[in-house]
Amino acid sequence: MLCAGTACVSNNSFKIKEALEKEIKKHSLQDEILVVMTGCNGFCAVGPIMVVKPDGIFYQNLTEEDIPYLVEEHFLKGRPVQKLMYFPPKGKEVIPKMMDIGFFAHQTLIALKNRGLIDPEKIDEYIARDGYRALAKALTSMTPEQVIKEIKDSGLRGRGGAGFPTGLKWEFCRKSPGDEKYIICNADEGDPGAFMDRSIIESDPHLVLEGMIIGAYGIGANQGYVYIRNEYPLAMKRLEIAINQARQYGLLGENIFESGFNFDIRIQKGAGAFVCGEETALIASIEGKPPEPRQRPPFPAQSGVWGKPTNINNVETWATVPTIIFKGAEWFSAIGTEKSKGTKVFSLVGKINNTGLVEVPMGITLREIIYDIGGGIPGGKKFKAVQTGGPSGGCIPAKLIDLPVDYEQLTKVGSIMGSGGMIVMDEDTCVVDIARYFIKFTNDESCGKCSSCREGSEALLEILNRICSGEGEEGDIILLEELGKAIKDASLCGLGQTLPNPVLSTLQYFKDEYEAHIKEKKCPAGVCKELIQYSVDKEKCNGCLLCAKNCPQNAITGKRKEPQTIDQDKCIKCNMCYEVCKFNAIQKR
Amino acid sequence: MPKIKIEDLDRISEEIKKATLLREGAGRAKITVHMGTCGISAGAREIMNTLLVEIEKRDIKDIILATSGCAGLCSKEPMATVELKGKAPVKYIELTPEKIRRILLEHVLGGKIVKKYALAIGSERVS
Repeated sequence: MLCAGTACVSNNSFKIKEALEKEIKKHSLQDEILVVMTGCNGFCAVGPIMVVKPDGIFYQNLTEEDIPYLVEEHFLKGRPVQKLMYFPPKGKEVIPKMMDIGFFAHQTLIALKNRGLIDPEKIDEYIARDGYRALAKALTSMTPEQVIKEIKDSGLRGRGGAGFPTGLKWEFCRKSPGDEKYIICNADEGDPGAFMDRSIIESDPHLVLEGMIIGAYGIGANQGYVYIRNEYPLAMKRLEIAINQARQYGLLGENIFESGFNFDIRIQKGAGAFVCGEETALIASIEGKPPEPRQRPPFPAQSGVWGKPTNINNVETWATVPTIIFKGAEWFSAIGTEKSKGTKVFSLVGKINNTGLVEVPMGITLREIIYDIGGGIPGGKKFKAVQTGGPSGGCIPAKLIDLPVDYEQLTKVGSIMGSGGMIVMDEDTCVVDIARYFIKFTNDESCGKCSSCREGSEALLEILNRICSGEGEEGDIILLEELGKAIKDASLCGLGQTLPNPVLSTLQYFKDEYEAHIKEKKCPAGVCKELIQYSVDKEKCNGCLLCAKNCPQNAITGKRKEPQTIDQDKCIKCNMCYEVCKFNAIQKR
Repeated sequence: MPKIKIEDLDRISEEIKKATLLREGAGRAKITVHMGTCGISAGAREIMNTLLVEIEKRDIKDIILATSGCAGLCSKEPMATVELKGKAPVKYIELTPEKIRRILLEHVLGGKIVKKYALAIGSERVS
């Protein structure tokens, strides 16, 4: 495989190709050896480059004169020519290639395809990377029905968490009677620890806009909204700039690309309510009403904003549309699993070395994400569980680490794909405390309409607070389970229906941890303050006094160079001594 | 900016490539500072300002200074990508004003990668 990137070509890689073909023919090897020209390999500094497969031998700095000897030695006699091969400089630190680094090598970029490569505030840079070509293709050579069919065939499912087939949803909206239709982009990303949508809008707002314009064309909508949470000022600013630039170029407004199609977008800012991520509450918010969900049917596709047929999709869903239209449904559906096609963007956070934004093909295992991409757990600690789907999701324990990630598999083990938050936990994380954290969040964010959600989450929180402070009672676990199932059953919207999930899934896999809190009044992970005691390991302590100096309560006493003692009455369990001790002499039990 | 036609998309692409791609003759080096919320909160604006000040101080005219959004590895911000003409791009991580100054002198002007601060060389594979 000969590199035909500009750098190598300017160094005569085509002349090398001719010489290669001539020599191969001379030795009658043309039926066994195929010469293929490829795109730029990236390692332009050592071009012209040739890679010989299947061995994977990498030749560099080639000239025409090298070829006859190379062909004779390597292809005829089977002896690769060492002096022409690439070897990393001896004795010097080698910089790994991007694709050698696990974090990047295992990712497949579709929604994040422009990341790090364009200035998001310049529409021209987006255009230079195939921007708006998909829109041009859709408007000039596809009917709206064909656009919808392409999305249906691709197998794209909603990336906001529910995973409903996107093409089908578009079709429902298109088929609804009426001339006035709307589309909405749900950018109210509220899950703690999730920042996929924020990052997509900050880094590549035009990708989302292009997807929306294509979708509006397919559905027959002329007005769109982006509902974006107020807590994302940078994303909002870049989105505004992008919309203005698109309008100036005539990509939003009337008669886009002279196709006769009109479409424009308005930004609607959120006001700090997690429940507005729920589609009917979001629509109510756009209409100026209090954000409360309503009964469905009718679904937004039949009656949405202002009572008109409306199609709502998540940011990442819209961002995937242009690539599907540009490269085709077949290309997209070749990635992923049977029922979950394409890629998913995850925000990998928590106790993980490589915190960041990752886009991976569906079907990749949790092990690959956590170890190959994430670089494993910091401090060599043991992996305990991973929380997916935010407050609506569940904890997947370490024993299920080889689980392939797709919609069905995650649901099967008691969690959900959700919008893509992936919070990694280690042995120092208390799952009861985590469950309590999420219930506190959803309890706070409950709109209050349904008693089951409003009062139920309050009750769950009260029980969990008692358990974490050493006042857990016999029967609490059964109560949590019953209450959780009742809340799921009786609540109107997704917030209430899924808020018990963190509790139910941690009970499923970590019941022993709950029991330790309730029966033994102990927190095995050493987190719940009322249940742990800080003490000094007399064998490891050498009396350096670092902890005593840092204790805000002066609770640590002892002579220099002798083991210290912590006064339990004064200790407020702030964790300072544990953090500053260099000898691991502070114990938390 | 007048309304564009479909034919304009290719024309704009060519113009941008000439202005921003080194191998098309735009300059001798390109430094991209990654400015998503992660980068900015870690101090990317200071990195950018340091570069602007240094470039002006030395009166350098043929270096392209660009910004982009988040590069993905949020925990290693502030990050910058340095590309010299004819060479593969290098990603630098965990930057400070002192580090970027050294990178400007040794790598951009001197041609030698500062390995200590570099994460990797090359580009991500895009589908």
